[in-house]
Amino acid sequence: MSTYELTTPLKKEDIKKLAIGDVVYLSGIIYTARDEAHVHILELDSRNEELPFDLEGAAIYHCGPLMVKEDEGKWKAVAAGPTTSSRMSDMTPKLLERHAVRALIGKGGMQGVGDALKEECVYLAYTGGCAVLAAGSIKKVRSVHWPQLGMPEAVWELEVERFGPLVVGIDVHGNDLFEKVRKDALSAFCQLR
Amino acid sequence: MTGRIGFEDVALATVNVIREAEVCLPPDVIASIEHAYERETSEIARAQLAAILKNIELSKIRSVPMCQDTGIMVFFVEIGRSFILDFDLEGAIVEGVRRATVQVPLRPNAVSPLSRQNSGDNTGLGLPDINYSFVEGNKLSITVAPKGAGSENMSALRMFNPTEIPKIREFVLETVLKAGGMPCPPIVVGVGIGGSFDKAARLAKQALLIDMSTMDPQELELLKDINALGIGTMGMGGCTTALAVHIKQAYCHTASLPVAVNIQCWANRHAKVVLER
Repeated sequence: MSTYELTTPLKKEDIKKLAIGDVVYLSGIIYTARDEAHVHILELDSRNEELPFDLEGAAIYHCGPLMVKEDEGKWKAVAAGPTTSSRMSDMTPKLLERHAVRALIGKGGMQGVGDALKEECVYLAYTGGCAVLAAGSIKKVRSVHWPQLGMPEAVWELEVERFGPLVVGIDVHGNDLFEKVRKDALSAFCQLR
Repeated sequence: MTGRIGFEDVALATVNVIREAEVCLPPDVIASIEHAYERETSEIARAQLAAILKNIELSKIRSVPMCQDTGIMVFFVEIGRSFILDFDLEGAIVEGVRRATVQVPLRPNAVSPLSRQNSGDNTGLGLPDINYSFVEGNKLSITVAPKGAGSENMSALRMFNPTEIPKIREFVLETVLKAGGMPCPPIVVGVGIGGSFDKAARLAKQALLIDMSTMDPQELELLKDINALGIGTMGMGGCTTALAVHIKQAYCHTASLPVAVNIQCWANRHAKVVLER
């Protein structure tokens, strides 16, 4: 297991060296996106419309943060841990077809995205529920896109510093840590039942 | 507290009890996570558990919610038989939830189920979920258990045939297996057996409130089997998939055997406030 420090925008060579179980600390810009934001991105894509943010080399964070508006009208992240990534499993291959996103950050792993991620994108796991820790590495809320979707579902553009430790869950070579554990758990279940 | 308990007292107490539940975990829950950290052998899982313990400490120090999913509010209200209830108790709790959304703060999580329109204040048709029961005495106690979606979504209910009692164990294991790393393990498993379709689910939820250090032999056996699955912290392997299992039972129809499994993440949040004249 190795530890890496990466900065966005991410290039293919940045993520090629990552293997499952490795630890990453990420700095730069990350975009939160969960269910409704994914639907919205795919809708705009289908109409060939431009997104109001740039996903080239980007990191998408499966997260619906708890934000507060401070006195000067600026947003601040109070709690911003990851949400369950599997809900985005079906929409992710389509999203990656169109956008050169290089990292997905979430929790719990994803299903059926191995082929879409191959050579293109990594899946990084952050500890679920560790929302105060995560908020600590958010240095600035740069903007919010699509606020009409509601606080959890909007796209928040966040500036992060050494966000992590993130564990490489799915690498670009088709290895999936979660799938490995799932398979072992299934055989354990078959023995136990 | 002096004088008669009224609307404002309950609204205020509701804000405070929600804050307590969101900001700090009960001692038995923390002890159980610490114990899991001490005996964990997987390096990845140990790092995850260390992060969880650090997060628990930070949220308490800063008095902010430990998780961004501040949940939907589930209340268990116990009304003393001689408590004088001459005000809108439900309205006071709802008002407390609205205020807590701003004051704690809570993430606005409540949406209309089909339009997905967010109410913005964690209330709406049927929310918060409030359960009442009557007890001896002159007190009013309010327990809140904020429930996040990650773990709630992994819960399951099955109507078994009465002859299928041996299959209950397999159903619990299967539910945990399917959940994998999605509900933020190490989890707490509440099992409701008996009652009716809806009562079994309610029992399973109430089972999550039981002190985690008290498990009977049947529950310990089930816990051992769950942990043998090896899903581990956050689904990345390790020896602790669940921290505790609790089973609650109720009599049921002779022709039925409802079983519900309510999954709870490591953040087994709940807090109780007692109001008395």
